[in-house]
Amino acid sequence: MTTLVPRPTEQHLPRTRRPLLVVGIAVIALLVAAVLSVAVGAALLTPAQVWAGLTGSGTDQSVAIVRDLRIPRTLLGALVGIALGIAGALMQGHTRNPLADPGLLGVSAGAGFLLVIAIQFVGVTSLYGTVWFAFAGAALASCLVFALASLGGSRSGGPTPVTLALAGVAVSELLIATTSALVLRDTSSLDAYRFWSAGALDDRGSSAALRVAPFVLAGLVLAAANAPALNVLALGEDTARGLGRHVGRARAVGIAAITLLAGSAVAVAGPISFVGLVAPHIARFFTGPDHRWLLPVAGLGGATLVLVADVVGRLVVRPGELQVGIVLAVVGAPFFIALVRRRKLARL
Amino acid sequence: MTPFLTTRARRGFRAGPVTGVWRPRAVTVAVVALVALLVVSAVNLGRGDFPIPVTEVVRILLGGGDSADAYIVTELRLPRTLTGIFVGAALGLAGALTQAVVRNPLASPDILGVTDGASVAAVASVVLTGGAGAAGLAVSPIGTPLAALAGGLLAAALVYALAYRRGLDGFRLLLVGIGVSSASVSLTTWLLVSANVLQAGQVLTWLRGSLASRSWENVVPAGIVVAIGLPLAIVLAFRLAALELGDEAARGLGVRVDRARAGIVGLAVVLAAVATACAGPIRFVALVVPQIMLRLSGGSRPPVVASALGGGLLVVTADLVARTVLGEAVPVGVVTVVVGAPYLLYLLVRRTRRRTV
Repeated sequence: MTTLVPRPTEQHLPRTRRPLLVVGIAVIALLVAAVLSVAVGAALLTPAQVWAGLTGSGTDQSVAIVRDLRIPRTLLGALVGIALGIAGALMQGHTRNPLADPGLLGVSAGAGFLLVIAIQFVGVTSLYGTVWFAFAGAALASCLVFALASLGGSRSGGPTPVTLALAGVAVSELLIATTSALVLRDTSSLDAYRFWSAGALDDRGSSAALRVAPFVLAGLVLAAANAPALNVLALGEDTARGLGRHVGRARAVGIAAITLLAGSAVAVAGPISFVGLVAPHIARFFTGPDHRWLLPVAGLGGATLVLVADVVGRLVVRPGELQVGIVLAVVGAPFFIALVRRRKLARL
Repeated sequence: MTPFLTTRARRGFRAGPVTGVWRPRAVTVAVVALVALLVVSAVNLGRGDFPIPVTEVVRILLGGGDSADAYIVTELRLPRTLTGIFVGAALGLAGALTQAVVRNPLASPDILGVTDGASVAAVASVVLTGGAGAAGLAVSPIGTPLAALAGGLLAAALVYALAYRRGLDGFRLLLVGIGVSSASVSLTTWLLVSANVLQAGQVLTWLRGSLASRSWENVVPAGIVVAIGLPLAIVLAFRLAALELGDEAARGLGVRVDRARAGIVGLAVVLAAVATACAGPIRFVALVVPQIMLRLSGGSRPPVVASALGGGLLVVTADLVARTVLGEAVPVGVVTVVVGAPYLLYLLVRRTRRRTV
């Protein structure tokens, strides 16, 4: 560090290469995945039947399958994928840790904890009721993590990457342990919990996507507002402060966005862990570290991953289904590892 | 920001080829942990349906005491406590080594694929072979640990092979570990969903880690691994100090970077795999103990010896708390978290002056 560092020019910077092209390809991939998700399923329909069902001119059965089952499910999958992908990118950006995922803030653990409480002590059994409990748990847990991390953070207030990560993992583990102790006492909530914790998109009702959409939308707005700040925070807190950023506020906005996005996704679809962890890494391979491009591509990539995994889950064990959370990691992990081996790594 | 102004000169020492810096605080923490470990173990040995006073326990361990009491202590209770000590020590060590090598406080043997690979194999051995419907044969005392050991080592070998590309890069190792672990976790979840409820319950107990009904067969492998692993880790810790400066600087200091890293990762893998095979995946210890010990003893990376002692202390304490307060049914893996997590949070909140990985 004693030699003078030459001023970075365009060539030295890890430049985002043709970012619009990357976003375009991500959009096309998502559209293809969505079309597949509407067209393919346990019930064998020809493309013509699907089209007829879509326009309402087909048989009652095909209309019901396409309009009432597949379209809502596709929308839900896309919504969950976008939310998790962006929440994961935000989380990795704020903790500057490649191991961070949206669950690290305690969202998944908090949601699971209140879900089990709701089933065991309050007696809630309908899906409609448990969604709100899960959402409340996610919000409470992430507030707790943020508060604890801020208390242990830098002197000028606001959590540091290390305290945020450690507080998150401590609170998450505490909640998961308590949940599993509760679940072990009671078979009926064990049954509900193990299916919820596998992560799934079916049986969520046609309005599930609509119910959480406002929260996801609010989260997206906050995430977009947070992207430039994240780029500056990546230079280190002191530098960011020197450049005139309010570090504590930027962190708070980011945490709020993660809570809204990941909380909604976990509440409706269970803890789907792989997407939030891996979609940002995949996006980073193609966009580089600029969060203004990384966030949208991570969201689109997350949605594509979820939809493709859902389609695969419907096909492999016909006429049954595999939960999307399970398929995601089994199908996605080899793909991810191949990318890790081939591409040059973009570090955080 | 100003380490040069605040650090007082430390006294160095030399013993033959070994040189080091005398750190009173680190030594104090290790000694206190050792004493606490001995006390908690003695108390734990006295607890049970047939309480034995601590003084009597000490007398029995030293070779005296009533023969009936001696039987209870040495044959029935000692294996459980020793398993706890060795498993905890192995996990603490594995965690300290892993976190130091990849320089990430969130890293634990989990990211090397060991724990999750072991879990898949163990759960598969229960669910796929116990499918005949006999309730009794769920978690077998020998088959399940063997399966777990094989699964853990296999997964770690896979992670290593996939991450190796002209040398072993810490960041690539993390990412490949994420991939392999995620795949393993979701395979475990799938097995759980496809099992019947009774099996799922038993497997879930194993998956949280348990010390219940351990015999000398469980103690011996863990004991051997810790007895060999701890001295090895102390020797390797010297390389770690050099690796911390970055690959180039370490090479300049004469360390064979890839070989040192492979040795450390390999040791961590074996320690974690044997520990998991002996007591199930007690997840939290490897992650949290090195961080707690780092904050207590100061320094720039998790201390090796103190992490081993702290790991044993945490597991035995958790076992004691579980048996006296919560009842036998609660697996020790749940209690390690309930005991360890608040302590880590307390240390975090109590604004430590030094904040390092």
